[in-house]
Amino acid sequence: MSSSFVQVLQAVLLVLLAPLAAGFVATCKARLQNRRGAGIWQPWRNLRKLFAKQVVMASHASWIFRTAPYVVFTATLTAASVVPALLVDTPLSMTADVIALVALLALARFFMALAGMDIGTAFGGMGASREMTFGALAEPAMLMSIFVLSLSAHSTNLTTMINHTLNSPFALHPSLAFAFVAMLMIAVAENGRIPVDNPDTHLELTMIHEAMILEYSGRHLALMEWAAMVKLLLFATLITDLFIPWGMTLTADPAGVVLALALWLFKLAGLLFILAVIETGLAKLRLFEVPEYLSGAFVIAFLGLLSFYMLEVGV
Amino acid sequence: MSPALILALSACGASLGAVFTAALRGTARRTLLCLLLAVTGVLCVAAGFAGLLHGGGAMVLPLGLPWLPMHLRLDATGSFFVLLIGALLLPVAIYSQGYLKDVQRLAPLAVFLPLFVLGMLGVVLADDAFTFMLLWEVMSLASYFLVTFEHQHAENRKAGFFYLLMAHLAGLLILGSFAVLYAACGSFEFSAMRQASISPFWAAVAFLLAALGFGTKAGVVPLHGWLPDAHPVAPSNVSALMSGIMLKVAVFGFIRVVWDLMGPGDFQWWWGALVLTAGSSSAVAGVLLALQQNDVKRLLAYSSIENIGIILIGLGLGMLLARYGHPTLAALSLIAALYHSINHALFKGLLFMGAGAVLHSTGSRDMESMGGLIHRMPWTAVFFLAACLSISGLPPFNGFVSEWLIFQSALMAPQLGGALLTAMVPFSAAMLALAGALAAACFVKVFGIVFLGHARSDAAANAHETDGWMKLGMAIPAVLCLALGLLPVLFIPLMDAVPLALLDVSLTGAVHAHGWLWLTPVDVSHASYSAPAVLAGMLCLGGIAFVFLHPRGYNIRRSVLWSCGNPHTHARMQYSSTSFSQPLRQIFSGIYQADEIVHIERHGHKLLAAKVQHVLHVHDLVVQKLYQPLANSVLSLARRLDRQHQTGIHTYLAYTFATILFLLAVFI
Repeated sequence: MSSSFVQVLQAVLLVLLAPLAAGFVATCKARLQNRRGAGIWQPWRNLRKLFAKQVVMASHASWIFRTAPYVVFTATLTAASVVPALLVDTPLSMTADVIALVALLALARFFMALAGMDIGTAFGGMGASREMTFGALAEPAMLMSIFVLSLSAHSTNLTTMINHTLNSPFALHPSLAFAFVAMLMIAVAENGRIPVDNPDTHLELTMIHEAMILEYSGRHLALMEWAAMVKLLLFATLITDLFIPWGMTLTADPAGVVLALALWLFKLAGLLFILAVIETGLAKLRLFEVPEYLSGAFVIAFLGLLSFYMLEVGV
Repeated sequence: MSPALILALSACGASLGAVFTAALRGTARRTLLCLLLAVTGVLCVAAGFAGLLHGGGAMVLPLGLPWLPMHLRLDATGSFFVLLIGALLLPVAIYSQGYLKDVQRLAPLAVFLPLFVLGMLGVVLADDAFTFMLLWEVMSLASYFLVTFEHQHAENRKAGFFYLLMAHLAGLLILGSFAVLYAACGSFEFSAMRQASISPFWAAVAFLLAALGFGTKAGVVPLHGWLPDAHPVAPSNVSALMSGIMLKVAVFGFIRVVWDLMGPGDFQWWWGALVLTAGSSSAVAGVLLALQQNDVKRLLAYSSIENIGIILIGLGLGMLLARYGHPTLAALSLIAALYHSINHALFKGLLFMGAGAVLHSTGSRDMESMGGLIHRMPWTAVFFLAACLSISGLPPFNGFVSEWLIFQSALMAPQLGGALLTAMVPFSAAMLALAGALAAACFVKVFGIVFLGHARSDAAANAHETDGWMKLGMAIPAVLCLALGLLPVLFIPLMDAVPLALLDVSLTGAVHAHGWLWLTPVDVSHASYSAPAVLAGMLCLGGIAFVFLHPRGYNIRRSVLWSCGNPHTHARMQYSSTSFSQPLRQIFSGIYQADEIVHIERHGHKLLAAKVQHVLHVHDLVVQKLYQPLANSVLSLARRLDRQHQTGIHTYLAYTFATILFLLAVFI
């Protein structure tokens, strides 16, 4: 197997598995709440239904509204194809480093917020305003937590960072612990999950993500939803890459790839199950407690940076 | 004399020639003025390229003081800034041909706009302190008359006075810095100042004076008070030049005095730390204040403060790295700062031109009365969106490249001095990340409120698209923003002459190592970024998605929007500019300390509101807490002195008597 083949394989897997991951979280939540749930294929069924439906669009919506789903979808997919999932040294990891990856997600957010404002309802504007506000707080926290790892690996390239973790002897670094906690908090916030946002409802005054895409229908809505699912899987993969990369294959031989795939799925299932537990166990925060949550994540990530400089430099 | 210098001098000549168009009348005056300015721009671009590629030259003009002729020199740093001036001047000149069509009294503009350009060019070309200060004052004074162009409004006169005051304070401080350098070498010529050895104490004095002087002119927090007043009131084409170029000329002055005349050998550890702190605080404070503005041009002015902060973060990092002996990384930071300078010139110029087009078409700068302009002004909207994406630091546009380079140099910085200094570097990177993310929120607000949604006033509903000249003027920087974002690998070697001259380090090898597609600041295993590949990937994926999802017969049905079942929607039900920034106002309430009053008139029962009044004032705390007390104390001192003057004749006689007694006591 060539590394390009594995690159394509993992990108396709990431995109196709994304609805299943969302379904997995929903099913886990249902079981934890003593319900049967709709099964893990339900997001795929929803997408298929939406792709077949006609698009209904507000009469004065501009081209921004029509192009935004494509921009959001492709920016998220491009970001997803950069993240190594099975093979450490993928051909595409050179095209964009972690900073560019965060910026690609910011590009998706930018267009989603614009689309929310384009239709000119109070809902859209409200969602856009809140998304950009919380995004502005979450993005630096995410970068800070990644920088902790970049500093010890002397690189922002994901492949080099993973190689660094794989090659250094296993030890519990306090800075990594801080970065990990911060990254988990940010991942929950960025994906609009409880306790920051509720992905299951359209009719809550505190909603963020759903408010922006309220006016979408048909294939446009499907693209937006799919992009959100890919983003969830992207964050889960990013966390496994940065903090628990063991098991990823260094060479593109079939046995290694199959083992890496099995371990990747196992790690993803573990992370998504933790997410389901968190979503079941916690209540949603009041809207103006979210900034405190996010600045908490920022402070934790910054503490990670400081502890890196104080305890680990030169070690 | 080298071709680059000849081109630069002919650019000066063209701008000087444009002054005489004031003598003409009617359309000829406007056309000739814009044509000559465009020629100046083209010549500047040519001079900049020639200077960067083939080296500049020096010459002595037989003008100026009898014992001090004017020394001119075009070096690498100067060539880069001449290129920057030309890159924005050309589109602004084209834009002005359309923008100035309806302006009645064109004579003041015809005189002071070319003089302003000449002053900026001269500052960059100057090779002695006298020429530098002379042309610096030409730039400041000419821009004062441009700020007060619409002097019938009292607030413009006030903004102009404030600007004049601060510009002269800055000029005085810069003069002080040159005086210190003059004392060290005994000559006004820059070549002598470069050679002079200066004691650390006096170097620190010269640095502080230069930093405060150029910092005031560049609008660094807390010296920025004049900027958000002065930039918005000028005509929009002038605002574009002031924000896009004049602030960069202040950055140029700082580089000239601190990096060039004094040099990295003289850097002390706290210089870089001071610049880094000033940069971080300007970046965050600038964008936080920008977010709360409702006047679109005032918002852009605050955002300029943010971008100057980003440039200073790059320069401060470079100074720290150069001080601790990492010239390659220092060169990377310097390149990042310069890259952001030219990026900011382009996208801020474009944003001001776009705001000018909107102002021209709706007659208002207030965002609360706009909305839905994307339907009325489709081309302006496209160009404005490109600028918004660039300034928010989003790939594949240019703002991302320079911010990425600054992040890289911050992350690759090794241990410096003490723990505090070392921790400052990632903290400034965190502040840069925060500023960048807040800028994205700010420009979603600008674009969303101005161009999207429903029109909030009749003027916005009846807006019209701009003419071809203005469209062309906006198209050029939009294309350049994308080009600089896609092909940084071609532009960075061009700028490489600057760190080669200042730090004796070249980055071309590292940047070029992997071909034109890959931007690799130091080493490919550290970090790499390929904007063309990212864009190509996005276009491919987007194209595939589009082709798959558009089988024939799948039409889009247009319908009324969903408003919770109530068919009667009103434009005022949309989110407004004030409401968009409300969450941030609440989160950062400690920083804003906004005055917010809600007054509710009720019908008997407390739940039945008849009228709700919401008054909100977000002040610039620095202006309120620092400038206002200072201005008040100066005024009260002046009033007391005034009172001494307005007493009767006997008091004056008493003064005279006391003076004579004093002199007798001293001399006899």
